Amino acid sequence: MAWDWNFTLNEVVPELLNVIHVTIMATLGAFALAVVLGLVLALGCRSNKKWISWPTRGVVEFIRLTPPLVQLFFIFFVFPHLFGLTLKPMVAGILGLGIHYSTYLSEVYRAGIESVPKGQWEAAIALNFSPLQKWKSVILPQAIRPIIPVMGNYLIVLFKETPLLAAIGLMELLGQAKSIGSVTFRYLEPITMVGIIFLILSYTASLLVKRLEWKLDLNGK
Amino acid sequence: MTEATEAQDLTAFDIDGKEPIIKYRNVSKSFGDNEVLKGIDFDLYPGERVAIIGPSGSGKTTLARLLMTLETPSEGTIEVDGRHLWHKEVNGKLVPADEKHLHKIRGDIGMVFQHFNLFPHMSILRNCIEAPIKVLGLSKKEAVERAKKMLDKVGMLEKADDYPASLSGGQQQRVAIARALVMRPKVMLFDEPTSALDPETVGEVLNVIKDIAKQGDMSMMLITHEMSFARDVADRVCFFDEGRIQEQGPPSKLFAHPETERLRDFLKSFHMNGNGE
Amino acid sequence: MIPIDVVSQVLPLLQEGFIVTIQLVIIAGILSFVMSFVGGLARLSRFAPLRWVSGFLIEFFRGTSLLVQLFWFYYALPLLGVTLPTGLVGIVALTLNYGSYGSEIVRSSILAVPKGQAEAGIALNMTRFQRMKSIILPQAFRIMLPSFGNLMIELLKGTALVSLITIQDMTFYITQARNTIGHDTLLFSMLLVAYFIIGYVITLVFRWLERKFSAGRV
Repeated sequence: MAWDWNFTLNEVVPELLNVIHVTIMATLGAFALAVVLGLVLALGCRSNKKWISWPTRGVVEFIRLTPPLVQLFFIFFVFPHLFGLTLKPMVAGILGLGIHYSTYLSEVYRAGIESVPKGQWEAAIALNFSPLQKWKSVILPQAIRPIIPVMGNYLIVLFKETPLLAAIGLMELLGQAKSIGSVTFRYLEPITMVGIIFLILSYTASLLVKRLEWKLDLNGK
Repeated sequence: MTEATEAQDLTAFDIDGKEPIIKYRNVSKSFGDNEVLKGIDFDLYPGERVAIIGPSGSGKTTLARLLMTLETPSEGTIEVDGRHLWHKEVNGKLVPADEKHLHKIRGDIGMVFQHFNLFPHMSILRNCIEAPIKVLGLSKKEAVERAKKMLDKVGMLEKADDYPASLSGGQQQRVAIARALVMRPKVMLFDEPTSALDPETVGEVLNVIKDIAKQGDMSMMLITHEMSFARDVADRVCFFDEGRIQEQGPPSKLFAHPETERLRDFLKSFHMNGNGE
Repeated sequence: MIPIDVVSQVLPLLQEGFIVTIQLVIIAGILSFVMSFVGGLARLSRFAPLRWVSGFLIEFFRGTSLLVQLFWFYYALPLLGVTLPTGLVGIVALTLNYGSYGSEIVRSSILAVPKGQAEAGIALNMTRFQRMKSIILPQAFRIMLPSFGNLMIELLKGTALVSLITIQDMTFYITQARNTIGHDTLLFSMLLVAYFIIGYVITLVFRWLERKFSAGRV
């Protein structure tokens, strides 16, 4: 069976572009959750109170070592039993990927926080900032700047993970490609085109991140 | 014979009837727009010890790195013991050398680096026997024998089983000197061997180099900022500035009666800093 | 209350899948490791076309998402007349994907070895090959170990995806079992714990390796 350009351009590509917003929404939603939750986890891990830091580290480790696909199944199939709420695939997907990647981002935040020189912490104490003021006006602004490119890279990694959501029935790019395939019995063109779309978007995004890195570096000192 | 007499005037070393082991001819080197060596002619005789002095960025390190094949010359030729280093003769014409050719020639050259460059994943002894075994093809027994003799010479034999990270800078540099000596090069390059050291360990390294200079008949090129060391050890001192040899001569003459304004200024800065005298 | 009868019903299934998951991790792990060195060294080759080709392939496999690749090999490739056994599809896709990430680890670790080390090798008249083998790679290897530890964790998690192309790993058995047995909470909890145990063992192995390779040095 040879490649069918007519089929590709007139059916596959338009149908894929029709659902591209689903992939992008899932990516951005999960990333937003990961950015917020990641900070919470990072702060939790470095808390002085052992009853906070130990369980947080345990949870981070557990999530980091188990497959996002299984976590997704857990959220999608088990949450209804546990909490009595049935989640839409998109919501479950954002929760699943967002929670999984928050553990990566907590590591990124940790590195950023540790990169703030000791003198800054001491200056904050010397100026008698409250703990909240210290974090908000001294530490975090300095910690986050250098990690922005790293976060950008995780956004790309997360984007490439979204095809997983097809497994819980979300009609994103790969799900759509599979459904085109199951109707037309042609899988070659749809799945290939999904790959190409991912390649183009993730490669473009990685160039943008590189530029951002360069720009931040340039204005850095 | 005037050329030979001229050459003899420049050095305290007896070059009578000897051919230079190293010949730089019209050697230039540029990094981008920056020309760091500008048409250098430079000879080194077998057994002669030449100190190279000059401000940083004057091109003196590049001079050594070209001979060690760490940089490629932009122009000119370098001969080692009568053979071209950077070129091969093919049908009477000079063509750029390949890695195989470089490998054949650079066995005559050894180098001690400013930052020692010991291999951190090998013990001190292993550092000194790795190349003799792999490159010279010595048996392990021979290599260990040689290495231990050299480590003894630099006073580091008892540290043979330690790793570089546990040594002071001065100790590491002594090991690096032993490592280079084990290869028995005809020409040894010292690239600011004490510049990265704590002041209190500079002396031990200089003494080791002085000892080697006294004993061997090895040619030495010493790039250094230690003026009194240069005066004690060298047969000839070359003053480099702005990519050229500005002045050279036996240390007694060069330090006592500098001819150029530049060298006078350069030496003055050392007196003022109290580093040299 | 945990229903013991369900646990005893599920454990044998989990065990079956466990063996497949472990096989995938070990086989694809070893192949990825080999590919990482081939790819990483190719990207640093003196031979420009080799650099371009390897660079393109690595970017391609890193940029197209593992699940898409799995589906492509499973659904699309047979339509081009090439039908691979399903197990092989899993191993090939996992290897190409994680081998590509590994290539970047190898490349950046080699570049992270200070330049003076190679120069010392030149000054001792070592050949290019000797420098790579006895100076650069041993040092680069220590630098890459932690990253390879993380890569193996990623590979372990990636193996769960093969269940979606009907390879019978742990995830496959559990998702099948929930259709007949139910007890979603228990089943998926057991599955998560099983992955956690494997992942934790991988972490410990790499911690041990890191300690072993830094012995005697600071």
